[in-house]
Amino acid sequence: MVDAALRRIVSLPTAAWLDSPVPAARFILRGAAATRAAAGQGFGLSLPETACRATTDGNRAALWLGPDEQLLLAPDGEAELIEASLARALQGHAYSLVDVSHRQVGIGLHGPRAEWLLQSQCPLPLNLRDFPAGMCTRTVFGKAEIVLWRPAEQVFRLEVWRSFATYVVELLCEIDRESVA
Amino acid sequence: MLLIQCPYCGLRPELEFAYAGQAHVARPADPSATTPDQWTEFLYLRDNTRGIHAERWRHVRGCARFFNALRDTTTDQFLATYRAGESMPVLQQAGQKP
Ligand SMILES: [Zn+2]
Repeated sequence: MVDAALRRIVSLPTAAWLDSPVPAARFILRGAAATRAAAGQGFGLSLPETACRATTDGNRAALWLGPDEQLLLAPDGEAELIEASLARALQGHAYSLVDVSHRQVGIGLHGPRAEWLLQSQCPLPLNLRDFPAGMCTRTVFGKAEIVLWRPAEQVFRLEVWRSFATYVVELLCEIDRESVA
Repeated sequence: MLLIQCPYCGLRPELEFAYAGQAHVARPADPSATTPDQWTEFLYLRDNTRGIHAERWRHVRGCARFFNALRDTTTDQFLATYRAGESMPVLQQAGQKP
């Protein structure tokens, strides 16, 4: 699938703190505790049961979005594999699994300025005490809804609905330019 | 910014929440035995409380869950929040801050 949003972002002036968006396989899983436990077996990674926390093995990740809602992330091209293995693992369970790979764009930020740049338009406190490494949540950035995940102290990942993606990146770049000037 | 205690996520900025009307409005169990006046009341009529009001909120830009809250309409202070399905918490003393 030709990704216009991705192409526009890639064509923006490069910033040292911004990672080029990489296509990924993404799923939203809805289900009760027993379903999530079984899904963890099928996904090869136990799903987080703590609110606003993510689990990852470096390759795949599961993000807690709500008490019965999880965002599953995996490298591009693994969607069919994941769908099949989850369908096997979840036989007999009541669940909903939706492929949202192309619904949103993953934007990576890193470095000492990342937290400051995000904080400028995010109402949540992003200091390490309130938003430690491993935390994730749906929230807002400017006028866009985002999923924000902090895999490491100076590394952030945003999952943004594709139609908001250029707005979010351009806003980040503008804040960056203004703060430098 | 006003902070609201989401029963699932903890203290979060008001910006992430949406108001969803009065809480504990129960649909009549037997609609065919309900008079038009009773339906009208169920559909349209709500309390207009000055003081402590039980209301539904949704953490729409967070966990996306609906929950209930007791809020003082004169001070805009949230006195308690609780999960949908749980019964209304008893405040220690009417109007007392938690
Ligand atoms: Zn919440």
